[in-house]
Amino acid sequence: MTTLSTVEVGTTLPQLVIHADTTFIVSTALATRDFQDVHHDRDKAVARGSKDIFVNILTDTGLVQRFVTDWAGPTARVKSIALRLGVPLYAGDTLTLTGTVSAVDGADVTIDVVGKDSLGDHISAKAVIALEDSK
Amino acid sequence: MTTSFTADEIRAGLEKIKADGESAPRAGRDPINQPMINNWVEAIGDANPIYVDEAAAKAAGHPGIVAPPAMAQVWTMLGLGGIRADDDPMTRTNELFDAAGFTSVVATNCEQVYHRYLELGEQVTVRTSIGDIVGPKKTGLGDGWFTTYLTDWYVGDELVTEMKFRMLKFVPGTGKSAAPKQSGDISAEDLAKRVRPTVSKDTEFFWDGVKLGELRIQQRPDGSLQHPPVPALWKDHTEQSDYVVASGKGTVFSFVVHHAPRVPGRQLPYVIALVELAEGVRMLGELTGIDPADVEVGLPVEVGFLKLDDDNTVPYWKAVR
Repeated sequence: MTTLSTVEVGTTLPQLVIHADTTFIVSTALATRDFQDVHHDRDKAVARGSKDIFVNILTDTGLVQRFVTDWAGPTARVKSIALRLGVPLYAGDTLTLTGTVSAVDGADVTIDVVGKDSLGDHISAKAVIALEDSK
Repeated sequence: MTTSFTADEIRAGLEKIKADGESAPRAGRDPINQPMINNWVEAIGDANPIYVDEAAAKAAGHPGIVAPPAMAQVWTMLGLGGIRADDDPMTRTNELFDAAGFTSVVATNCEQVYHRYLELGEQVTVRTSIGDIVGPKKTGLGDGWFTTYLTDWYVGDELVTEMKFRMLKFVPGTGKSAAPKQSGDISAEDLAKRVRPTVSKDTEFFWDGVKLGELRIQQRPDGSLQHPPVPALWKDHTEQSDYVVASGKGTVFSFVVHHAPRVPGRQLPYVIALVELAEGVRMLGELTGIDPADVEVGLPVEVGFLKLDDDNTVPYWKAVR
């Protein structure tokens, strides 16, 4: 488990690699109750000018949350997630999430997260979590 | 583009929607429940036990199982066939933008603040209003407007989650990359960002030639020509490879139009052509001076030289027409 005493500005998180195959794109779209066709219907996505179906934003937020709590452990409290969206994440691509602690303020730890796929930066995010003090 | 409204008219319409304030509260379809959480953690691959295991949740200081905070919006999604309420600011702004010709949409930012985790059985309601409005702006995608939507989730009167969601509505086909690109248009900023050639001992003669405005092709001992250059193992390592200076004229043997990803120092789309030189070898390079849609195999081209800085010059192809 990650505690405040083991964290400092510059601490890096273990990277998370997501193989975003069609099943991943569709199952996360449905699990987030997002039925927009571009997230599950390839023909319609292509007709709208996309290369393929692509992952939705609610999933991106979820992936950033998973990425930081995989590292921080179950006692961490996620306080905010701010995403800037870049290139799409199309079915068949791979997303690699990396993160670095950019600020520690009391119990609040800010983590800068970047999610890259083959087209470039898909996610640029800042997550703030509150960590337990080490006892 | 047939824009039926001026920017001032659009702004006035948006300010009216903004002034009307928050939409009426809308309840999530279901209370916070375990089956939806299970689907979500399975799809996202989130193994945090506080979402599925009561003992683990209590050990982590929660009163019981909690929902992943990033699920906030999931509870109030409309679902398949769902229709947005008439008073929803997003419905109203989208109607306005669509009527004004800004028909394409892309989300650019999503910021969520979680005041507390939600517990099983709780019922949320949601309200949405408009925040910042910025436009019209020229963007890489096209002329458009950025609108920030403010969404608040409540349990009873308690604010539990806030979201700022920024969207760009733009006119398709008006992006910066839509203008045809000529080699003369390259900005100094673009030149500074271009990738520099990697010069090795085996390719030094080629790059030295380019700086002098010569296209040099390596010559093997039997007189045949070779490109790209290979290590001249047949020569003493202190000697330079033999070469001939090409005429710089050729035809397109093959090509691709590069649309994505973005490449530093280049405006999209651009053409990379494999050119068959009059001397017989083939050479890759950017093809300029022609609309990408008009490039075809067999198109006559000639070499040009682009100086990136005092130390680096690269060859490229110009369409001959």
